[in-house]
Amino acid sequence: MYSFEPNEEQQMLIDAAGKFASAELRPAAHDAEENREMPKRLIDKGWELGVLQASTPEAYGGFGERSALTNVLALEEMAFGDLAGALAISTPALFAASILLGGSEAQKKEYLPKIVEGAWSPYSAALIEYAFDFDPNALKTSAQADGDAYLLNGEKAFVPFAKDAQALVVYANLDGATQGFIAQKDAAGLSVADEREKLMGLNALPMHRVKLENVRAERLGGADGCDFGLILASMQVASAAAALGVSKSALDHATNYAKEREAFGVKIAQKQAVAFMLAEMAVELEAIRLLVWEAAWKLDNGQADAQNAAYLAFVGACDMAMMITDRGVQIYGGHGYIRENPVELLMRNGRGFPMTLGLAIV
Amino acid sequence: MSIEFETPKPIAQMQTVLQSVAENMMRRTSREMDENEHAIPWDYVEFMHNAMRSMGGGGGLTVAEEKPSSLLPEGEGRKGEGEKRPPIGYQKLASQIEMLSWGDVGYYLITPGGGLGAAAVAAAGSPEQKEKFLARFNEEKPTYAAMCMTEPGAGSDTSAIRARAVLDEKTNEWVLNGEKIFVTGGDKSFTHYEQLGKGFIVVWASIDPSAKRAGMRAFVVEAGTPGVKVVKLEKKMGIRASDTAAISLVDARVPFENILGSPTVEKTTTGFKGAMATFDATRPLVAASGLGVGRAALEFLKEKLTENGVEIRYGLPRSKMTAIERDVIEMEIQLRSAWLLVLKAVWMADNKKPNALESSMSKVRAGDVVTKITQKAVEIMGPLGYSREFLLEKWFRDAKITDIYEGTGQINRLVVARHILGYSGSELR
Repeated sequence: MYSFEPNEEQQMLIDAAGKFASAELRPAAHDAEENREMPKRLIDKGWELGVLQASTPEAYGGFGERSALTNVLALEEMAFGDLAGALAISTPALFAASILLGGSEAQKKEYLPKIVEGAWSPYSAALIEYAFDFDPNALKTSAQADGDAYLLNGEKAFVPFAKDAQALVVYANLDGATQGFIAQKDAAGLSVADEREKLMGLNALPMHRVKLENVRAERLGGADGCDFGLILASMQVASAAAALGVSKSALDHATNYAKEREAFGVKIAQKQAVAFMLAEMAVELEAIRLLVWEAAWKLDNGQADAQNAAYLAFVGACDMAMMITDRGVQIYGGHGYIRENPVELLMRNGRGFPMTLGLAIV
Repeated sequence: MSIEFETPKPIAQMQTVLQSVAENMMRRTSREMDENEHAIPWDYVEFMHNAMRSMGGGGGLTVAEEKPSSLLPEGEGRKGEGEKRPPIGYQKLASQIEMLSWGDVGYYLITPGGGLGAAAVAAAGSPEQKEKFLARFNEEKPTYAAMCMTEPGAGSDTSAIRARAVLDEKTNEWVLNGEKIFVTGGDKSFTHYEQLGKGFIVVWASIDPSAKRAGMRAFVVEAGTPGVKVVKLEKKMGIRASDTAAISLVDARVPFENILGSPTVEKTTTGFKGAMATFDATRPLVAASGLGVGRAALEFLKEKLTENGVEIRYGLPRSKMTAIERDVIEMEIQLRSAWLLVLKAVWMADNKKPNALESSMSKVRAGDVVTKITQKAVEIMGPLGYSREFLLEKWFRDAKITDIYEGTGQINRLVVARHILGYSGSELR
């Protein structure tokens, strides 16, 4: 059957995440970006909402079954507050969900309880590479079998909390296909750049380059490896969900502003030129939201075309985010260009989704 | 409740059946019907009428009454006592319309039944009126009804309607005068044809011009009523199998009881809101129809690309895609997301949730998407796209109407904007 209403549990999560995002993350977003730091207090508080915990089975320390759809709903709410904040809070999930989706039983038992049961701790993952033609399915970082372990060589970019991470899931090219590898913080040959990444947005999220020189690592999923297609699809849907949150925030700000701001004796929202922009933003947001929900539902239900649906939802969401956040700035006019106003950060964040795939996973 | 995207079994089964109708009855003669404007494909009309009657869905393509689940055989969605199956009437209807329009939207538009005329009666009529006017669609002969709203000087601005209805108290009849255009199915609803049952048109007219929208009412005008004439059948860019009539009313008399809604004018706009409520129900269906055309065009394009050795590689970053890959992938995203908006709008209708916003959203999106998809598909196909050898150029012409009828894209943007801004019609004109 078709149905478009979150269930009770999901609605509770949406409400809790939405409340936290509106009351705490959103007001903190501007200063966090300018100061290049999200207050640890907010990261801890966001972690306590328990999104990852609720989607990790009891056997591994959580209290629920993983649901991409539920995580999508939560992530949109969090990203509505602030994208960098949402990504910072969910960075441990980057590691944990990769293990949940692709790890062996032993890996799940080893890593999941200590991540899920405790306070927020920086476990992370490294997918992105600093290259014009970056493609998750054609990575330049390589993995080579060496006895029962693998040797990793290459450089990863945009790795969140890499400086403090206890362990990383590093994605690398093994015989032409992307696979995950678990690398420990203190592994020989692994070096994290001191300098942080400098990006157009997301400056509240500390990210670093990670160099790998013959780093010994264990393979995600053991000898058989993992289904990277599934992990990538879960990353695509997560990025798309975050894009929904950022876009929703831009539409929200723009709508409120247009109802306040006067020109020619009326509120600018009363002008069709502005009202139609808002209408189109709302239509775009809702259309892509349903596409993202459907992709997540397909992943949860093991549908044959789930991975393709995730890809399409991701591509659609990237365009949506750019379109909506751009218009958010446009509706504010000159004020939209001033960093005191929230829409300019949203537009910078709105551009980033195609090139930051891999910073979130559901 | 939960979020689900599983196509319900009855809808999936129905789609299989209708796809075969579309392929065998519609597609084969699509071109012929396009080139012989105003010809009536009687075999289709009769086949569809008989098929719908035998399935018990009288009244043409309408929302079927749900059968109590206890009457269903085991395994057909039957559930325990007290459990109700969720209603899917509108969802099924939207899926039917999408599939028939995938076959040929011109044909779909002449599927026998009450159409918008019956929808107006269903939305604004009394129980007696519903009984009196709606029973005919399940009779032996295929029967039509149509809605007459638009006038030469009143399109999207329906409050500018000039048609008048004056009560003749001596005979207790309404006397109608006016000129209506763009009446979809107006000819088959009003003109006598051997093969058809007696239909009607629903005419919107004012009973009190000083009351503006509050004075607007709809009247059921039976086929053949003296003083009413089909004066013209429009020649159109597309949907040529569908008759679009101009109808004039000169001192046309209809019985007092044929008025839909109250015969007196209160200081409210209920009468007008009745018409608008009809649109809430029908907009996602029009969107569904357009999306059927869009899907036909996109599928055709992909087929031809494959035939010509052009592969669409999914999963690539944007920067690695070819221009055609970008276009096709974007078309797929647009088409699917628009369809999901339609599904949500009709799901809300099925669950009795107010859906004016979602209906207009689906219509805005569908209008945008199908015009873009068909235009782009013709472009990508080059000379083959422009040639009448293939149906693609026809679908391009057929698609454009989606963004126009049942509220233009602009009117629906207004509706969406007013909803999200919380503005009234006077605050945002």
